[in-house]
Amino acid sequence: MIEVSEVRKAFNQGRHNEYWALKGISLTIEAKKVTALCGPSGSGKTTLLTIIGCLARPTSGRVRLKERDISGLPERFLTDIRRSTFGFVFQQFNLIKGLSALDNVMLPAYPLGGDWRALRARAESLLDSLGLAHRREARVEWLSGGEQQRVAIARALVNDPEVLIADEPTANLDTALSKEFLAILEALAEQGRTVLLTSHDPLVVEAAVIDSVIDMRDGQIVGIR
Amino acid sequence: MKTWIEKQKALIDFTLASLARRKIKNLGLLLVYTLIVFLLASVMLFTHALRKEAGKVLENSPEVIVQRLVAGRHDLIPPGYLEKIGRIRGVQKKEGRLWGYYYDGVLKANYTFMVPQPDALMAVESGKIAVGATMARMRGLVPGNTISFRSYSGKLFSFEVSSVLPNKSELVSADLVLLSEADFRAFFELPPGYYNDIVLSVANPLEVRNIATKLSTLLPDSRPILREEVLRTYESIFNWREGIVLVLLSGAILAFAIFAWEKASGLSAEEKREIGILKAIGWETGDVIKMKFWEGALVSLAAFLLGYIAAYLHVFRFSSWLFEPVLKGWAVLYPRFELTPEVDGFQVATLFLFTVFPYAVATIVPIWRAAITDPDAVMRG
Repeated sequence: MIEVSEVRKAFNQGRHNEYWALKGISLTIEAKKVTALCGPSGSGKTTLLTIIGCLARPTSGRVRLKERDISGLPERFLTDIRRSTFGFVFQQFNLIKGLSALDNVMLPAYPLGGDWRALRARAESLLDSLGLAHRREARVEWLSGGEQQRVAIARALVNDPEVLIADEPTANLDTALSKEFLAILEALAEQGRTVLLTSHDPLVVEAAVIDSVIDMRDGQIVGIR
Repeated sequence: MKTWIEKQKALIDFTLASLARRKIKNLGLLLVYTLIVFLLASVMLFTHALRKEAGKVLENSPEVIVQRLVAGRHDLIPPGYLEKIGRIRGVQKKEGRLWGYYYDGVLKANYTFMVPQPDALMAVESGKIAVGATMARMRGLVPGNTISFRSYSGKLFSFEVSSVLPNKSELVSADLVLLSEADFRAFFELPPGYYNDIVLSVANPLEVRNIATKLSTLLPDSRPILREEVLRTYESIFNWREGIVLVLLSGAILAFAIFAWEKASGLSAEEKREIGILKAIGWETGDVIKMKFWEGALVSLAAFLLGYIAAYLHVFRFSSWLFEPVLKGWAVLYPRFELTPEVDGFQVATLFLFTVFPYAVATIVPIWRAAITDPDAVMRG
C-alpha cells in the first residue's frame, strides 16, 4: 500500500548544524496490517512517520501511496491526502485545551464542510465505542491520560481514514492503560484498518497484534521482523 | 455551495468556542475596541448633526446682510441707507435690524439683545422681553418674572419676561433677549433711524451675487454678507472644532489602537501550538486563516456595532456630555438641546474602513506567518 524507496531527510541542510535524520530508507507497508517502527530515540522513527503521513516531504527519495508518487506534491494536495487517508495519534495527544472531548473529535472534519449533525453523530458513536460516552462534554484537560489518548484515537478516526498513524502511543501511559490501548489496536486491526506506529516499548512491539516490526537505528533500517 | 456554507458554519462554530476559551483577552480587546469606535463615531455623529442643525436654522435667514464699516470696523447704519437700497431691482424686502451685546455681571456672560423683525412670530410688547432657554434656566426665569438690567449709561431698566424661547432653537438662541424697538433704542440710547445692519430678501437666488455687486457700488462704505458665506463660516468653525477634538483625542486613540493591535497581532505560544495541531490533523493554511479571519471579523464587527450604537445614544440621547463644552455653542452660556438624529452613510463607511479593516489585517498577518510553518513541527512536541 505504501512504498518508501531511498528516502533521505536532512534538517538544516547546508548549514553548520546539518543533520541527516534518515539515510536511505526503503520499505513496504502492507494494507490492513499493523506495522511498528522500533528503535531508540534519534533513530529516525518519527521523521519517517511524518514523511509517510504527508506531514513533511523527504529531501530525496520517493514515497508511493497506492502506486501514486506523493513525495513531490504541493502542500495543498498533501493536506488533501493527509485528511482523507491518514489519522494521527500524537505522543503528546495534542488535543486542543478548553474544548470538549466531542469538539476535539469533530475538529478534523470541519474544513470538509459535511453535514454537522451527521458529523456529531459519528463523533459521538466513536467516543461511545471507545468507552467515553459519559465524558463527551468534558473539557479535555479534565480527562485522565488514558481518556485523552482515546479522544485522540477517536479524533484520528473521525474522517474514516484508511491508515492510522500513532507516534509512541504508550509513552505516556502506565502498563494497564498500555494494555487498554493494545485492545483498541486489536479492534482496529479486526476492522481491517492499516496501522503504522512507532514505539520502543516491548509491551507494544512484542504484542500479538503487531504484524511486522521494522528496527531502526541512526536513520537506517537494521532489521525487519 | 451547501458544502461551503457548512464549512463556514463549522469554522464560525469553532471560532466562537475558541473565543470563549480566552474570555479575558477577548473581552478586554472588545472593550478597548468598542471605546475607540465610540469616541470616533461620537465626534463624527455629533459634528455632522451639528452642521445639519446649523444649516437648518440658517435656511430661513435672509439672503443678504448689509453692514456699514468705519475704519474697517462694523458701525451703525445711518438714516437714509434703507431708502437708497430700495432702488435696487430684485430686492424683495429690506429691513433694518437692531441688536447688541450686554454683559451680565451676575452670570459673567454676554447676552444678545435683539429686536424681532416686524413679521416675526415672536412679537414683544414694550416693557416685556422674551429670553433664550439657557438664559432662563441660568437666571431661573419663568414667564411673568421681572428682571432688571443696568444700561451702559447707568440707568436701570426693568422688564417682564413674557415668554421663554423654544428649546429647538437653543443652538442659536441660548443667550438671546428679544425686546421691542422702543425699549431697545432707550436701553442702548440709539437715535431713531439708526440700525445695526440691514437684511435683504432676494426673490431670485441667482441674483444674489449681482445684488451684492450693486450694493458695493451704491454704498461703498458697506459690505454685503451673503447667507452662503455665513453657512461656510459655520461649516469651517465646526470642522475646526471637530479637528481640535480629534487632535485632543488622538493621543488616547493612538494608545488604544496600539494596545488593540498588540493584543490582536500577538500570538501566544499556545495559539501557535494550536495552529500546528490543526494543520497536522488536516486543516489547510487557508482554513486556519479563514478561522482566524472569522475571529477578527466577529470581534471587530461586534465592537463596531456596540461602539456605534453607544455613540448614537451618547450624541442623540445624552446630549454628547463628553465633548459638549468644546463643540457646542458660541457664548459663555452653553445651550442644552437634543440634536436631530442624522447618520451619514459615507461617514459610517469611512469609520468602518478605518477600524474594522486594520484589525482584520492585524489578526491575519501573524496567523499567516504561523500557519505556513510545516505541520510536522507538532509531532516533535
